[in-house]
Amino acid sequence: MNAIKKFFGVVWMILGVVTYGILLKTALEQISAKPTTDTIVQWSIFVIIFFPITIGFLIFGWLAFKGAYDELPTSSDEIEG
Amino acid sequence: MQSPSEKKVIRKVIFASSVGTLIEWYDFYIFGSLAPIIATQFFPKTNPTAALLSTLATFAAGFIVRPFGALVFGRLGDKVGRKYTFLLTLVLMGGSTFAIGLIPGYDTIGFLAPILVLLLRLIQGLALGGEYGGAATYVAEHSPENRRGYFTSWIQTTATLGLLLSLGIILITRKSMSSDPADSIRAFEDWGWRIPFWFSVILVGMSIYIRLKMHESPMFSKLKADGKLSINPIKESLTKKANLKMVLLALFGATMGQGVVWYTGQFYAQTFMENTIKIDFEQTRTILICAIVVATPLFIFFGNLSDKIGRKWIIMVGLFSAVLLYRPIYQKMIDISSVAESRVDNSKTHIDRVLKPNAGKGYGLQNTTAFTVYENGITEKKVHVDTVYSSGVEKPQLIDKTSKELPSDRYWMMVGLIFLQILFVTMSYGPIAAFLVEMFPTKIRYTSMSLPYHLGNGVFGGLTPFIAVLLGTMYTGDLLVGLWYPIIVAGFCLLIGTIYLSNKIDNNVKD
Repeated sequence: MNAIKKFFGVVWMILGVVTYGILLKTALEQISAKPTTDTIVQWSIFVIIFFPITIGFLIFGWLAFKGAYDELPTSSDEIEG
Repeated sequence: MQSPSEKKVIRKVIFASSVGTLIEWYDFYIFGSLAPIIATQFFPKTNPTAALLSTLATFAAGFIVRPFGALVFGRLGDKVGRKYTFLLTLVLMGGSTFAIGLIPGYDTIGFLAPILVLLLRLIQGLALGGEYGGAATYVAEHSPENRRGYFTSWIQTTATLGLLLSLGIILITRKSMSSDPADSIRAFEDWGWRIPFWFSVILVGMSIYIRLKMHESPMFSKLKADGKLSINPIKESLTKKANLKMVLLALFGATMGQGVVWYTGQFYAQTFMENTIKIDFEQTRTILICAIVVATPLFIFFGNLSDKIGRKWIIMVGLFSAVLLYRPIYQKMIDISSVAESRVDNSKTHIDRVLKPNAGKGYGLQNTTAFTVYENGITEKKVHVDTVYSSGVEKPQLIDKTSKELPSDRYWMMVGLIFLQILFVTMSYGPIAAFLVEMFPTKIRYTSMSLPYHLGNGVFGGLTPFIAVLLGTMYTGDLLVGLWYPIIVAGFCLLIGTIYLSNKIDNNVKD
């Protein structure tokens, strides 16, 4: 199971980059096709708000790849320590 | 076993926490439920879609600031205490809701109107971001360890009941403005929509009174007495690797999927019924109300069940069902509201014309309503409004509305389809408060659990109706294209949760 967790860690990192790339590409296409305030505002919101989430997803993938999720903490001491 | 006095205390805690949280959800959702009317009142009327999108953007803004509210008030809750923090969020929420009801329309004060609405909406989002984590933490910290899922599931009902209350108040107000139904709707759309916002003040006042009588959480009080409070909860939550990994796991393995399932079943379903398959305004609301009333006890059922079999698999089954069944459910919704393969029943089809003279102004408004009845029982209603001058000249207006009224059998089928979606909500959402509380230590619990909850529900979930509508405008050939967003998000969440989450219940949340 731990090998699967680590393998998927790589998948999450690739997926994070690819998904954000698709979002960015779609946003640029939509804005250039219809450069109205509404379109610019909507797509800018998506691009900005999903940026930190994508970073979080990359960190999640990295941690999974490094084995941080092989064992989950069973007490708060492990989290605080 | 709990003593009778302990049972009494926990009942009080649940009641006080749930009522306040329910009211906050009510405040938050009346805005969403009245989105089309607010669009015409506060945003430039370029075209209806632009107006709706502008409102949904404001709606989304309300959701996007929720994670910031989680950080700001979560920090306060972990430093000052749970009780005073969620009292503050209640005052902020109630005050901004009331103020939205007072803002003059765009026609009166121009661009100041949408700016003020946006500002107040942001305050609402911030307040909500602080409320839920506080209430869930407060109840969980009072609960016995083997009943945490059950007791916190009462908090989980509040979001749905808040939506129910908002729908109910809106329907009652809409019908009570005048004895003539058409006049009543017109008055509601003109100014009566403000009443549900004003009504909030009474609810919030009651809730503040109840909450003021509560005591601080025993676990927080002990930490404070021992001098073990966190100095910087945000820093501890997000910079310590051991805690950050749990925040990320909670977000990507549970709350992002649960968030899209919540908003698809209870908000996108409403948008889809009203705008895509054109079900009548009142029927849309009553269908949702019926489904919510029947499904709500299931939050308690699944919360309780999670105390016995663990939280993880109940949440995962809810996500799996949604991923698997959303498209068939929505296809069925299209089928039962379709008139494409049904012939017109000419014996029942008729046209009503009502002229409302405008005394002394030389013109009146003529409402023409064409009722087309189909053999499958569906009545299609087309409303057209013209200005009629005393000289006899008619000037067509731009008011054309088409809606469908479902016959009884199809109406109840629709209720069943919405109920199924809310069933998935109760599975994925019922145990989530206990699940999140158990993931984090007391001294940073408020901050740590609020952040993934509001990122999952606010950003991923709250944007669901907006993104689904947007996909529908980009790919017009497929009425179900909007569903790909919740299906893909819930699908990945299901995969991550299945692989990485543990089903173990943490028996000690006092640490």
